[in-house]
Amino acid sequence: MKTLRDTQVLFGRTMRHILRSPDTIITVAIMPIAIMLMFVYVIGGAIQTGTNVRYVIYLLPGILLIAVASGCSYTAFRLFTDVQKGILTRLHSMPVSRAAALWGHVLTSLISNLITLVIIVGVALIMGFRSSAGVISWLAVIGILVLFTLALTWLAVIPGLTAKSVDGASAFSYPLIFLPFLSSAFVPTATMPLVLREFATYQPVTSIVDTVRALLTGAPVGHDIWIALAWLVGIIAVAYALAMRIYRRTV
Amino acid sequence: MRDQFVPPAIELVGLRKAFKDVTALDGVDLVVRPGEILALLGSNGAGKTTTINICATLLRPDAGVARVCGFDVGTQPDQVRERISLTGQFSAVDDVLTGRENLVLIARLRGVPRPTEVAGALLSRFGLAEAADRRVATYSGGMTRRLDIAMSLVGTPSVLFLDEPTTGLDPQARLEVWRTVTELAHAGTTILLTTQYLDEAEKLADRVAILHAGRIIADGTLAELKALFPPATVEYVEKQPTLEEIFLAITGGEA
Ligand SMILES: Nc1ncnc2c1ncn2[C@@H]1O[C@H](COP(=O)(O)OP(=O)(O)O)[C@@H](O)[C@H]1O
Ligand SMILES: [Mg+2]
Repeated sequence: MKTLRDTQVLFGRTMRHILRSPDTIITVAIMPIAIMLMFVYVIGGAIQTGTNVRYVIYLLPGILLIAVASGCSYTAFRLFTDVQKGILTRLHSMPVSRAAALWGHVLTSLISNLITLVIIVGVALIMGFRSSAGVISWLAVIGILVLFTLALTWLAVIPGLTAKSVDGASAFSYPLIFLPFLSSAFVPTATMPLVLREFATYQPVTSIVDTVRALLTGAPVGHDIWIALAWLVGIIAVAYALAMRIYRRTV
Repeated sequence: MRDQFVPPAIELVGLRKAFKDVTALDGVDLVVRPGEILALLGSNGAGKTTTINICATLLRPDAGVARVCGFDVGTQPDQVRERISLTGQFSAVDDVLTGRENLVLIARLRGVPRPTEVAGALLSRFGLAEAADRRVATYSGGMTRRLDIAMSLVGTPSVLFLDEPTTGLDPQARLEVWRTVTELAHAGTTILLTTQYLDEAEKLADRVAILHAGRIIADGTLAELKALFPPATVEYVEKQPTLEEIFLAITGGEA
C-alpha cells in the first residue's frame, strides 16, 4: 500500500518535470517524425517493399520503436539527475518505499513515451496512414509497444544508476535507435548482404516490427508474435533483474 | 536523571567502515543525548560523511553498532527512518519544482497530515514565503540550503543530521543557516552536525567531538576541550584558546 502511494506521489513529481519542459516530449517526437518524412517523401518512392502496403504504414512500426528508444534516453537522464543531485539518497533516508523511488521513474517513462507515440501516429495519419485493424489488433499493438517501452525503460535504469556523466547516461540509447535501420523496419531484409541479413532476421526489432505491421494491416501475424513476445519478456526479465541488483547495491 | 530512562538519541559503538583499501572509520564511539547539539568536527576525509551515512541507514558498517533513538540502524532501518532527517553534504532539492512543491512532496511522502499547510508554515519560518512559488533553480545558494534544511524538518523528526550545512556558502548565507540551527536547538531537536569550521562548532554546538582519521580523538564541551589544551602554550596567548588551537594541538598540526 505504502509502495503504491509513494509511487503515485513520485510519479506525479516526474510527470511534472515533463510537463514543465514539454520540449522533452517534442524533441523526442521530432527526430522520428523527421525520419518518417524523409523516408516516405524522399527515399520511400524508390523502395520496393514487395507488398502493396503504403510505405507510410510499412515504416510506421519502426518509427515508433525509434521514438521509444530515444524517449528512454531521457528516462536514464532523469534517473541520473536524481542520483547526482542526491534526491535518491534523500528518499532512501526517509520512510519511503525503495521500490517506489524507481517505479515513479518507470511509470513516467511509460506514460511520456505513450504520449510521444500518440503524437507520431497523429502525424502519420496526416501523411495518409490508415489502418483496417480492429479493436483486438489495436490492443495487441498497444500491448507490444508497452512491453517494448518497459524493456527499454528497465535497460535505461542501468545507465541511469551507474553512469558517471550525462552523456554516459543517455549513450546506451544510440545503438538502440540505430537497431531498426538494421531490421525489416524500412526495407525487406531480403536485399541485404548475407551477414547483415542474418543479423537483421534474428535481432528482436525485426520480429516486433513484423508483428506490429501485420496487426496494423490485418495480415496474418504468424509465429512472429511469439518470437517478439519472447524477446520482450526476456529483455524485461534480464534488465529488471540487473537493474534491481544495481539498485540494491547503490543503497 | 531523566536521561537514564531515555535511550540516547544517537549511540555509536566501535563503528568501522572501509572502502576497498581506505579505512574511513576505525572504531568510532559516540553518544548524543536527546535534545543535544553535537558538532562532529574534522578535516576533509576524516570520516564525517561516512559516520552520518551509517546513522541515516544509507551505509552499512563493517563492524560495530549504530543505534538511533534506541533502534538498530542495521536491523530496524524503517523505525530509524521514521525518526530522522538528513540534510546531506550537498543540497538535495528538486530544482525543477518550486520551493513549495518540494516541501509538499516530502510532506506527502512522509504521510504528514495537511501537506500544504505544513509547507506554508515552513516556508514562512525559513524566510522563503516570497520565493515559495518560484522554481528552485532560481534560488541563491543560501536559499537552497535553507529549503534543504526545511525539507528535513517536515514531519518534525526527533534527530536531525546536518552534513557540513554551510560548506560552500557565502558568509551571508552561512549566518542564515546558523540562525536556523540555533532556532532548531531551542525547539528541542537533537542535532548531529558535521563541520570543518572550528568557529561553527564553537558557535552552534553544546558538545564537540573531534574526528580524525576515522577515530574520535576528543569529545566534550568546549570548556572541557579547552582544559585539554596544554597550559604551557596558553601563556603565549592572552585570550582563551580557540577550538582551532585545541584542534591543532591534538592532531599535532597535521590537519
Ligand atoms: N564511496 C567511497 N568509496 C571509496 N572511498 C570512500 C567513499 N566514501 C568515502 N571514502 C573515503 O573514506 C574517507 C572518509 O570519507 P568521508 O566520510 O567522506 O570524509 P569527510 O566527510 O569527513 O570528508 C576518505 O578517505 C574518503 O576518500
Ligand atoms: Mg563529507
